[in-house]
Formats: sequence, C-alpha cells, structure tokens
Amino acid sequence: METQPLEIQKKQYAKIVKEIRPKPPLLRNLAGAFVVGGLIAVIGQIFLNLYQGLGLSLQEAGAAESATLVFLAALLTGLGVYDEIAKVGGAGSIVPITGFANSMVSPAMEYRGEGLVLGVGARLFTVAGPVLVFGIVTGWAIGIFYYFFR
Amino acid sequence: MIFFKAFLVGGLICVVAQLLMDLTSYKITPAHILVGFVTAGALLSAFGFYQPLVNWAGAGATVPLSGFGHLIAQGAVQGVQEKGLLGVFSGGITTTATGITAAIVFGYFASIFFRAKG
Repeated sequence: METQPLEIQKKQYAKIVKEIRPKPPLLRNLAGAFVVGGLIAVIGQIFLNLYQGLGLSLQEAGAAESATLVFLAALLTGLGVYDEIAKVGGAGSIVPITGFANSMVSPAMEYRGEGLVLGVGARLFTVAGPVLVFGIVTGWAIGIFYYFFR
Repeated sequence: MIFFKAFLVGGLICVVAQLLMDLTSYKITPAHILVGFVTAGALLSAFGFYQPLVNWAGAGATVPLSGFGHLIAQGAVQGVQEKGLLGVFSGGITTTATGITAAIVFGYFASIFFRAKG
C-alpha cells in the first residue's frame, strides 16, 4: 500500500479527530450550572434570613452568611464532596463564594507535601491571590475616582 | 418569594459563566472566571447597577463572586465618605474582611486536616 505524504496524513488525522471528539454538551452544562448555582444561592439566603432572625443587621448577617458558606465549602472540599458537586455544577460550583473557598483548599491540600509554607501557605492563594489583586485594585481605582469626582 | 428570586439570579449569573467557558475559544480557567466576576461586580457596583440586583435577589446576587466585587466597591466608596483619601485604601478590605479571614482560616485548617485523594 502506498503511503501518502506526511502533510496529507496530518490533515486527515486532524479531520478524524475533529469528527470524533465529543461536542461539549452545552445544554446539560447550562442546566447544571443554573441549578447548582441557584441552589447555593438559596442556601446562602436561608442562612441570611436565619442570622437576621437572630438579630444581626443585614450587613452583619451577610458577612456571617459568607463565612458560613466558606466554612461548609472548605469542609466539603476536604471530604472530597465538592469535587462531585463540581462535576454536575460546572460554573455553578465555581462562581459562588463556595467556589472561591474550594479554589483555595483544593491546591493547598494537593501540594501539602511541599510543606506548610510553600505548600499550604502559598497554594491557598493560587486562585485567591489573583482574585484579591484584581478585586482590590479595581476597588481602589473606584475609590480614587469617587474621591476626586464625587 | 425571596428564595425563588435568589435561585433565579444566582443560577443565571452562573449560566453566564458557563457560557463564557463553553462558547469561547480561549482556555478560560476557573481563576479567569473568578477574577472576571469580581472585577465585573465591582465595576457594575460603581455604576450603580449592582445594588438594585442585591435589593431584588438578596443572596442570589451576593453569593456569586460578583457580589464580593460589589462589596469591595461599596467599601471603597464608604471609606472615602468616612475617611477621605485614607478610606480609598482601607474601605475595600473593611467590608470584605469577614469573608477573607474566614476563607484563609477555614481553608488553612481544611488543608491541614484532610488528605488529598489519590
């Protein structure tokens, strides 16, 4: 059998790969993100109402609610449960503040063998670092703008 | 009713993120999503678009990380009102201090107590 030039083989290969590769199941992903993201928000709302019922102001209750969600997410990440939620929820498990907590615990756990300082301490901020940098710089710029132009 | 609104808005904000991840050709990681949503939330807040959403949907708007950005922006503005220029530097962290400390402390202990699988 005569072999074809390498270029053509490459093109044929790329074509086959393109045909075979499964398309991302967009609708299923969107449904998962909507339901999981929505449910996490509802859990947040439940705690918010609870803390307000205990006499906290809206602002205080919001802070306590965030801390509670972060605690639960850190715990579930440690137990390996959050990964399972993420498989269904996709972005619905990333965007809520629970996803922020998960993005801290996950790499810190994985690289724990590198020590408390460079393993845990540094890896807690693999994702949280960029989030805080851009969040704080943006907030600072808004504050500066408000100071001069209010 | 507030629970339904929270579900709707919280879910829809995550759908936007899922669309960004699935429909763009760039490699968008969770880090990019989180950074994007914090920044977008802060900017929307500065232009006055985010507070109405919080008033309507409660936790549906505050639980997604765009709510964290909103809190930073609110803090910066409050900081200026109370302390002037110094408040520009302290405000954003003041409003988010509880969340940040909780994330660091609980994150630290979770990574110490639990072992990664595999």
